[in-house]
Amino acid sequence: MTNAMEIYQMLPKTNCKKCGKTSCMAFAVALMTRELTPDACLPLIEEPKYKDSYEKISGLFQPSEGATDTGLIVHEDLCFGCGNCVVACPVNVANDPYGVGSGNAPKNTSKLILVIEEGIVKAQKVDECRRFGKNKILCNGCIVTCPVEAIEFV
Amino acid sequence: MEKNYHVCTGCSLLCDDIEVESGKDTINKVYTACRVGVAHMKESKKKATFLVDNKPVDGEKALNEIVKILKNAKSPMIFGLGTSTNEAQKQAIELGKKINATIDDNSSFCFGSVVEALVTNKIKTCTLEDVRNKGDVIIFWGSNPADSHPRHLSKHSYFPRGSEKQRGWEEERTAIAIDIRKSHTAKICGNYFIQIPQGGDVELIDALISGLSGKLPKTSYNYPPKKILEMANILKGARFGIIFVGLGLIYSLENLEPLFRLMKVLNEKSNFHLVPMVGNCNVRGFNENLFAETGYVNSVKFENGIVKHGPEYSIVESLKAKTVDAALIIGSDPFSSLPRSIAKYLLEIPIISMGACETLTTRKAKVHINTAISGVEFGGSAIRMDGTLVGFKPIVETKNPSEESIFKKIMEAL
Repeated sequence: MTNAMEIYQMLPKTNCKKCGKTSCMAFAVALMTRELTPDACLPLIEEPKYKDSYEKISGLFQPSEGATDTGLIVHEDLCFGCGNCVVACPVNVANDPYGVGSGNAPKNTSKLILVIEEGIVKAQKVDECRRFGKNKILCNGCIVTCPVEAIEFV
Repeated sequence: MEKNYHVCTGCSLLCDDIEVESGKDTINKVYTACRVGVAHMKESKKKATFLVDNKPVDGEKALNEIVKILKNAKSPMIFGLGTSTNEAQKQAIELGKKINATIDDNSSFCFGSVVEALVTNKIKTCTLEDVRNKGDVIIFWGSNPADSHPRHLSKHSYFPRGSEKQRGWEEERTAIAIDIRKSHTAKICGNYFIQIPQGGDVELIDALISGLSGKLPKTSYNYPPKKILEMANILKGARFGIIFVGLGLIYSLENLEPLFRLMKVLNEKSNFHLVPMVGNCNVRGFNENLFAETGYVNSVKFENGIVKHGPEYSIVESLKAKTVDAALIIGSDPFSSLPRSIAKYLLEIPIISMGACETLTTRKAKVHINTAISGVEFGGSAIRMDGTLVGFKPIVETKNPSEESIFKKIMEAL
């Protein structure tokens, strides 16, 4: 994955503030945190000389299109539904200790982040995930327990 | 709201917490099951039920053909039954007695010897619920449940919180993988992975025993002694340890004596149990049912009321020595699972096959019956890998007959 500095190099670097940020560097950081999209930079779209840069930057953020709002991607072709992530997820365990927390079928799916449907893990209620929101921490419970690297955060 | 759970018969874990959305004869959606289970449950068959020479016929003609083959055979063989219910297996054993058949299943070249040691109480064992509630050191030796039994780690052995293991895998459990390659299970075990060369298991067993007894462990492949001592210390400290043995270990041992030795030393120092990673849903059931009937777990020949047992009555040796002259194969595919040099003898004798899937064996069979899938289309009971009896009800309706009813009809016709 790229960093904010690399994205900054591809921006107009005019600090025109049309995107609402104070500088192009701030816009690059906002792109990295998914606060804004590349389309928010008007010169990048309108001026032909930035066409290549616009395509490059848009391309960088392509993989996340299939992701949920919070950037969690499940590679369905890799996942085989072992359920390790479902049982290991701390939020799942806290919300359903006798169901998925104990390795069983979920007793109540309404508060669970990960569930198994048709032999593949499905992400839902991702806003409950500990990686996001105000008090976010770098939890990686679902990633380290996956034997086939089918879960990814972008 | 009380939920209606079903049992998945996709592998020998027999997960009993599967939710299903189904119509009268189709399964629409499956929850909680892994991909193996979903594929097993949704396996739809819009095929003819009875085939003779690969041509559809009516039930009566197929049955007559079966009876003709079995009557003409002097020494028939019954093989398979790994995916059949206990009830069907008992019927098959009765049939075997009646027609003086050789009866065997996949366990004669898989876990037969281990299951025999377990049913005769030579090795300490426990249930998967015990593993979930108490297990703290879990060894996967020559097995790879992440691929073979996908829900093994998440439902029973490593990840779930148990009654005495509330803090779960992060703090209270240690999973160790011993294998010749870095399998998916080994990846989850992280640093606790011992990679050994092929056939290096006996030496590792001896090295671990040395380590447990405070001696310097040595192996010809120079595995770092420090690491083995570290492992031995973890095993010594186990309060409830389990070894899940896979075929990787069994195929590497000439007999089970090194395993008995290791279990004896482990139980002197701490508390260890052994569970075989049986593959098909009811192979263990076949072993236990045959043991209850004859005193042997597999490779048995009935001869006018006398029970003979020995390796010469296993499928491999019988086919090698060409001692059988007809084969009744149920839910198994010896053409795929046996070496070609041995399986090719099956082409010379009439085969009757029963099962839910089309395989190489069903294509070469003189008579084939598409039976209903146990656990999906008809109910019964099966024995899980740890020896626990699990009962199940049918989920959908089918026109295909159950194996049990076919055995009954054959018995009546004979």
